[in-house]
Amino acid sequence: MFEVLVFATLNGLVTGLLLFMLASGLTLIFSMMGVLNFAHASFYMLGAYFAYSISLYLGFWPGLLIAPLLVGLLGALIERYGLRRVHQHGHVAELVFTFGLAFLIDEAVQFFWGPDTKNYQSPDVLDFPLFTLFGQEFSAYRGFMIGISVLIFIGLYRLLTRSRVGIIIQAAITHPHTVANLGHNVPLIFMAVFGVGSALAGVAGVIAGPVLTTFPGMATVLGSIVFVIVVIGGLGSLAGALIASLLIGLLQSYAIASNLGVADLLNLFGLEFSRDHLLTDLWTLTLPQIAPILPYLLLILVLIFRPTGLLGNREQ
Amino acid sequence: MKKILTKSLVWIGYLAVLLLLPQFFDSILAVSLFNQMAIAIVFALSYNMLLGQGGMLSFGHAVYFGLGGFLAVHALLLIEFETVYFSIVYIPLLAGLVGLLAALFIGSFSTRKAGTVFAMISLGIGELLAASSLIFVSFFGGEAGVSGDRTYGPPLFGVEFFQGIEIYYLAAAWVFVATLFMYLFTQTPAGRMANAVRDNPERAEFIGYSARRVRYISFCASGFFAGIAGGLYALNYEFVTEETLNAVTSGRVLLMAYIGGLGYFIGPILGAVILTLMNSLLSNYTDLWMLYLGILFLLTVLFLPKGFAGFIMMHRVAWLQRRIRKLVLPYLATAIPAMVFMATCVLMLELSHIEDESISVLNMELSASSSSTWLGLLLIASTSMLVTRRTLPALREAWESANHVADEPESKS
Repeated sequence: MFEVLVFATLNGLVTGLLLFMLASGLTLIFSMMGVLNFAHASFYMLGAYFAYSISLYLGFWPGLLIAPLLVGLLGALIERYGLRRVHQHGHVAELVFTFGLAFLIDEAVQFFWGPDTKNYQSPDVLDFPLFTLFGQEFSAYRGFMIGISVLIFIGLYRLLTRSRVGIIIQAAITHPHTVANLGHNVPLIFMAVFGVGSALAGVAGVIAGPVLTTFPGMATVLGSIVFVIVVIGGLGSLAGALIASLLIGLLQSYAIASNLGVADLLNLFGLEFSRDHLLTDLWTLTLPQIAPILPYLLLILVLIFRPTGLLGNREQ
Repeated sequence: MKKILTKSLVWIGYLAVLLLLPQFFDSILAVSLFNQMAIAIVFALSYNMLLGQGGMLSFGHAVYFGLGGFLAVHALLLIEFETVYFSIVYIPLLAGLVGLLAALFIGSFSTRKAGTVFAMISLGIGELLAASSLIFVSFFGGEAGVSGDRTYGPPLFGVEFFQGIEIYYLAAAWVFVATLFMYLFTQTPAGRMANAVRDNPERAEFIGYSARRVRYISFCASGFFAGIAGGLYALNYEFVTEETLNAVTSGRVLLMAYIGGLGYFIGPILGAVILTLMNSLLSNYTDLWMLYLGILFLLTVLFLPKGFAGFIMMHRVAWLQRRIRKLVLPYLATAIPAMVFMATCVLMLELSHIEDESISVLNMELSASSSSTWLGLLLIASTSMLVTRRTLPALREAWESANHVADEPESKS
């Protein structure tokens, strides 16, 4: 029991931190432009595919550097020539634009790389067990994933709160006109933030690609979960995104690891139902089964009872 | 009086088109296409009630469509096993009521806010239901779905609904009634207030309307009609899977309504027809049709924010001023090189994707491996794009002179 718990915690931590890497970029972009970027998970997928193609020629490590840069550049270009144009038609048009972009990137990935799964491997250097606990191995690559995510969180946090650039960005979020009057190029800041946010998604893609497999559906798998995290954590809040990511990661991991079900709950109260019933599915429901829907349940509850999210301080 | 007359003429024309279409195209393929269009029209119109008229961006509209579809298929099963016995023509109504029930429940908490919060709740509910549909196998049938048989019900005037054409007339009747009622809804105070709340909820509240209640009414009506579309879907395919209520279907209806034109009543009808045609005709010719669809969608969002219907309506002023003829030549001058540019791009995409060595176009063999082909295509593409850009100022000028209303040079002299 204990060992299951420990490994569920570790796996939840890895997933949660990975989700955070996606969510941090998304929440940064949201707090600047007020637009939820549907294509964010598509940038994550692009990161994985770019890194895969680069790793064929140069190996894993150059890919880790070049792929996010490419994704960031693409993101900046999309902001400059797409999003900025749609901005004048309002938020709905922006949301619809990013939705269409996600659709297009999905198709483009299938066009360039084909519909099959790519054999994108983690580097050999990290191909050893970091430690062995209760006879189960924890691979060094997963440790590496945790390390990178923590570094990004600290780096981003310091950049936003301690550096001059970060202060200008923060000011541009709340008072764009004042910042513009002080002589800063606000549209350029927006473009840069969008680029950096996309690049962060790209990094997540590069390091998640080998673990979660690189295939054209990988954006859809994570796409809506990332939204859930950003909304639960509070739109625009970096710390909230971290808490929500870890919460969702651990919640799903525990739910999958446990083998509890409604039947156990009913047994607790000494109730028993016949199996031959229209509602059989309800009585035989188990936690691992409902693990995929837990985040959405949480999302709806949060939106109903606390629309600002856990740490958010403004309502859209 | 004259206005009412022209309006009813439009509706009679619509009915006539619906009824006469299979007389001109009576192949099985065409009829199945019309069936798909009929379903798509009702679904897209119901979506427009939300987004176009009510300003609520939903990413989970398939929920009501899918629930309606599943209930319809279960109703077919009930008829088949003689638990109940009624004609299948009423099934869409039943499905609509299920959509309405679901909307009554979900709308009670999701319509409190419009905008991003509403969009996120709709996304969450859509994903929730799509995921649960795979868990509750006895109702949703899991991955395999549920299938029924529409021919067991009592025949209506001797029609037993064996063939697609019989379903088409049933669907056409439902489409006409649903379209009429959705149009009439836009004319009711509730429909009018939906527009007001979409444009300025604060002001609507100051006049004394609860923005939330207005949204709720539109939301429920929209769920009802989406359910009807789902019922028609179930009758047409006799087979409903999890895909009818997941994000793919929700996305498709958004595409339809947006490409057709939000806010215009006819927009979603246009969008539904265009997308269904693309879906079934284009997919016969190329594997890349989804890519083209994505490009079309993005171009629409970027350049035609009001969709095709909005593009057509843009010419109203010029038309009323009787200056539409002035626009023909500049339009052609821009459109022809633009078409050449697009055709070349499509050709390059196809050429890079085929398995065979070459494509024959206009009696020319184009080889995918020769660099001269690529150079030639790139040359054509870049020249046509340059020409298009060159003609744009002239077009803009012509547009402005055609839409210019006050103080014209002629009237001065």
